[in-house]
Amino acid sequence: MKSDEPGRKASLIAPELDRESLLIDARRELKMPSRRLFGKQLISLGGLAMLTGCSLSDNKSVETFLARVSRLNDGVQGWLFDPNRLAPTYTRAEMTRPFPFNAFYGVDKAPVVDGDDFRLKVSGLVASRRTWTLPELYALPHAEQITRHICVEGWSAIGRWGGTPFSEFLKRVGADTSAKYVGFKCADDYYESIDMATALHPQTLLTFTYDGETLPVKYGYPMKLRMPTKLGYKNPKHVMEIFVTNTFPGGYWVDQGYNWFGGS
Amino acid sequence: MTAQHSHDGSPGHARTIQPIWLRISHWLNAVAVVVMILSGWRIYDASPVFKGFMIPLGITMGGWLGGALQWHFAAMWLLFFNGIFYLVMNAVTGRFARKFLPLSPRAVLNDLRLALTGHLTHDDLSRYNAVQKLAYLVAIVDLVVLVLSGLVIWKSVQFPLLRELMGGYDRARVVHFCAMALIVGFIVVHVAMVALVPRSLLTMIRGR
Repeated sequence: MKSDEPGRKASLIAPELDRESLLIDARRELKMPSRRLFGKQLISLGGLAMLTGCSLSDNKSVETFLARVSRLNDGVQGWLFDPNRLAPTYTRAEMTRPFPFNAFYGVDKAPVVDGDDFRLKVSGLVASRRTWTLPELYALPHAEQITRHICVEGWSAIGRWGGTPFSEFLKRVGADTSAKYVGFKCADDYYESIDMATALHPQTLLTFTYDGETLPVKYGYPMKLRMPTKLGYKNPKHVMEIFVTNTFPGGYWVDQGYNWFGGS
Repeated sequence: MTAQHSHDGSPGHARTIQPIWLRISHWLNAVAVVVMILSGWRIYDASPVFKGFMIPLGITMGGWLGGALQWHFAAMWLLFFNGIFYLVMNAVTGRFARKFLPLSPRAVLNDLRLALTGHLTHDDLSRYNAVQKLAYLVAIVDLVVLVLSGLVIWKSVQFPLLRELMGGYDRARVVHFCAMALIVGFIVVHVAMVALVPRSLLTMIRGR
């Protein structure tokens, strides 16, 4: 039995009419050209295609908006950051072997710093602006950690670093711990900066060794600031200069659009 | 299941099937979820969880990892706050109980059978059939899992309880991916169903 009334609604009395009614219903709705077009536009992938390939350079106001949200996220992360919460630690057996190399250049371009000539510069809002030789730094109180390095790309690796607690080092040089930022300049032209709260975190370590051996070139010789509370790109290698400041120093990847706080 | 269906409510008064707050919330959610998925795909591609399985860059959003992350961490606020709004409003207006309950496995199987044999009616769009109820509940739970697993990936150090619940940082990435696959599956079926019953799209736009 077929229904010859376009407007008739299907009912439970004659369920075999349901399919017909559905089709009649759909055809009537879509007969109106505006509805057909509307439906097409919504359901087609064209709408989605407008979003894909949408890159940072397409629209200045979009870029500004996204950058502002990233700044907002810095604030939220600062609020979420618990200065007493420790990142998980692991055993030597759990270490990732080999530990990956990662930089904005190939491993053969990693800078080779002369350890004998090396002098760590300390500047900015500190009481003592002297330089430090490597032996002097090695003589500082020692600590080790086996923690997870998390890359912003998503992968992670467990490594073992040894060095001196950074909060102690900052106190030793008379850093103004009420200042906002600690900045770093590196031998490979990398640069980064962190919030003071993270700089003072107990697991923030100025490291000189990897897995008990002097930090190899590929892992950041002569020193790398290790922070298991921050993503990999926030952990600068080949550190040449440390400064304390209230002027936002930015960072290599940060200035290109990555989030500044970068907390894990 | 034997309710009498009236035609368009009492004379001279068009019944609102979906209230305005619900419609706004639905479309805001749609935008947020699409942006999260497309930008999330680009983030996934930076270091695929499943070796060898990459999502074609052409259908991802952000242009590069930095851009994708910016979109992802912007849209997450819309997803989160709009989601809270939706859940709270559904609870306090009593809509949740009205639309989603009761729900039984028998009802789901019955309506599924009716649907697959082409006998499921849609003449009263103010009522969800049992398959719809289940699908929407699954979608809601799935989005919650996406947010929670996302929080672990974002801040595995600051959310230790959640991290352990997910089985650690690496497993959270797998949970996040699988939950994404489920919501994508839901969207495909959802859009197909809307295409089959176009009146439902109209009710989600104008409320009736």
